[in-house]
Amino acid sequence: MTHPIEDHGLLRLLTCGSVDDGKSTLIGRLLFDSKSILADTLHAITKTSQRRGMQDVDLSLLTDGLQAEREQGITIDVAYRYFTTGTRKFIIADAPGHEQYTRNMVTAASTANLAIILVDARKGVLTQTRRHSYLAHLVGIPHLLVAVNKMDLVDFSQNRFEEINRDYLAFAEQLGIREVQFIPLSALNGDMVVERGDKLNWYQGQTLMEILETTPSAQRRHAAPFRFPVQYVCRPQDASNPRLHDYRGFMGRVESGSIAVGERVTVLPSGLSSTVKAIELGGEALADAATEQSVTLLLADEIDISRGDMIVKTGELPTQTKQLDATVCWLAESPLDQARTYLIRHTTRDTKAKLADIAYRVDVNSLEKQTVNQLAMNDIAKVTFKLAQPLLVDAYAQNRGTGAFIVIDASTNNTVGAGMIS
Amino acid sequence: MFFSQQQTAYQHLSHLDWLEAEAIHILREVAGQCSNPALLFSGGKDSICLLRLAEKAFRPGRFPFPLLHIDTGHNYPEVIEFRDRKAAEIGERLIVRSVEDSMQRGTVVLKHTDEPRNKHQSVTLLEAIEEHGFDACIGGARRDEEKARAKERIMSFRDEFGQWDPKNQRPELWNLYNARSHKGENIRAFPISNWTELDVWQYIEREGLELPSIYFAHTRPIVYRQGAIVPVTDITPAKAGEEIVDLQVRFRTVGDITCTAPVISDADSLEKIIAETATTTITERGATRLDDQASEAAMEQRKKEGYF
Ligand SMILES: Nc1nc2c(ncn2[C@@H]2O[C@H](COP(=O)(O)OP(=O)(O)OP(=O)(O)O)[C@@H](O)[C@H]2O)c(=O)[nH]1
Ligand SMILES: [Mg+2]
Repeated sequence: MTHPIEDHGLLRLLTCGSVDDGKSTLIGRLLFDSKSILADTLHAITKTSQRRGMQDVDLSLLTDGLQAEREQGITIDVAYRYFTTGTRKFIIADAPGHEQYTRNMVTAASTANLAIILVDARKGVLTQTRRHSYLAHLVGIPHLLVAVNKMDLVDFSQNRFEEINRDYLAFAEQLGIREVQFIPLSALNGDMVVERGDKLNWYQGQTLMEILETTPSAQRRHAAPFRFPVQYVCRPQDASNPRLHDYRGFMGRVESGSIAVGERVTVLPSGLSSTVKAIELGGEALADAATEQSVTLLLADEIDISRGDMIVKTGELPTQTKQLDATVCWLAESPLDQARTYLIRHTTRDTKAKLADIAYRVDVNSLEKQTVNQLAMNDIAKVTFKLAQPLLVDAYAQNRGTGAFIVIDASTNNTVGAGMIS
Repeated sequence: MFFSQQQTAYQHLSHLDWLEAEAIHILREVAGQCSNPALLFSGGKDSICLLRLAEKAFRPGRFPFPLLHIDTGHNYPEVIEFRDRKAAEIGERLIVRSVEDSMQRGTVVLKHTDEPRNKHQSVTLLEAIEEHGFDACIGGARRDEEKARAKERIMSFRDEFGQWDPKNQRPELWNLYNARSHKGENIRAFPISNWTELDVWQYIEREGLELPSIYFAHTRPIVYRQGAIVPVTDITPAKAGEEIVDLQVRFRTVGDITCTAPVISDADSLEKIIAETATTTITERGATRLDDQASEAAMEQRKKEGYF
């Protein structure tokens, strides 16, 4: 018997955009029309919709799973939904549109490979559309798709669609977004989602589902230098087993690039070099390992290595620095405080950090650079941190894995900021 | 930048390999960041996957955590037998804490004797966390199981009362997990958050994992009750007037006997189960959980109170 699902890997995407543009409804529509909603779930949301006096099934109930969300008809936090078509597994994150919950949108964006940015055809490009586009671009989502939704409310007008495209492109150009696709649709009625419908015949492009099925999930990080932050050191110290007696396995996930047995590596920050003796996964030997694989590396020489160290190929070293210049998105209610010491987590390493300087804050609407001396929730700014211990970094634009960090408030242990190294 | 031609030929990981690599990474982060974690192991299919993932993450070393089971005392004997055998086979420590002990201590009070004990597991779990000082519990919950779970972070913070605050979750960016907590607080870590029921079955088949026998089609006495199939056992006898019939069934999930129902099926192999799962029209919980149907927000409520 053959497996019901062919394997074309996995695509992670999110829906974002302004409040009430129809993000949750669109996901509901995608799941519904791709027959990924099972009968009992449909029955439950139909009952809820009826109880609330609606005529049709409210598809946003499929992702708005919290009581508070259902009561208010809004999305508060990200919901993850899963579906497969004949060719692929999809993980969709439904992001909230309200500005107040921007941090949850950033959470969803950080792992996505494609962003569907919804625009209400009646309202056009709004501040939140710009904010989310800016954030999607900032975290480096490779594929941006602008979905002009609620076309049913503007008589499926091609003019209106093209007008919004022009507005959006003007903003995108300022941001330096090079590639963006546009699609008109009605999430409520389903036009151009899975089915083409018969109201948008002037649109010649692919349906949303066709776009999702053909977007490459290729991992660009293969071409980047090898980066292996050590998560955990395996030392069984089993005296009775000669093979395990001296076993030292360095466990981690390949953040970028690839490595093969026999290659020369350098361990940082010590700077000592060795050769890869073996690569293992669950006790099985592998010849090589590449981006996103979790493996164990064994080296030919005995070198002291612990969590937080990084193994790289000799000759392809990252930058070692005690100062971070970065774009930061502030996520906490309490402002970023120049007087306080924070914790920065970068790969598997933590260090204390203090804000040294705010170069400017970006106004997401005008993209104007503003001088400020404090950062409040949802602010995006170019800043400099001083670090207690050096970190091993690459620019975020070159390498997501070694270019990203989070800021933690050690008093609450909350994650309060997200940073992308310049 | 340097890279050789043959390395760029590498395309992508298959979806199972990707999910596996993500789960291993999460398990190692828990081990690296937390000082005293535990892995919840019930003998069910999700925790069987977790066990294999932990082997892949930490062998040839020992697991950096014990296994923990919160036993309601209402489990199928096949599952308990499997749980004990499996823990012994892989040579890891298994801690069992039972809801019945909490009942004796008076911390769990039942309204009536035959009520489902599922939700009372929270009390016993929190007691076990306190007793052992666990700062993290690794669980096999999946986001596709239920709408409140679909909202939960991979590293989910719980306060000192074990409560989840869904409106105030920590941002979770990239693969930079924040598993920090103060004494008395707790992290729930979910390495297979992004797996679906189908992924789980496919992984079990690919890895050749053994399962308790009741996951496969077998003949069992049941009664029909309010449209649900209720297995007839010592704990759940037939009520007066109910007709007992023998049916070919299997379990999609094996929880507390009083609230887990089987489905009619003749799938007696993993291949057949996978085929059925790929074409089913009812969700895992919808088909099998008698406790979630109580109200629309039953799961969210239980989670806020410390449930997994
Ligand atoms: N007419 C029409 N209405 C739509 C369409 N898509 C969504 N809506 C309606 O717009 C309203 C908001 O939809 P949601 O899906 O909840 O919006 P959202 O973007 O998820 O909102 P937040 O997550 O709270 O930002 C609902 O009443 C939908 O029924 C559409 O294509 N046409
Ligand atoms: Mg929404």
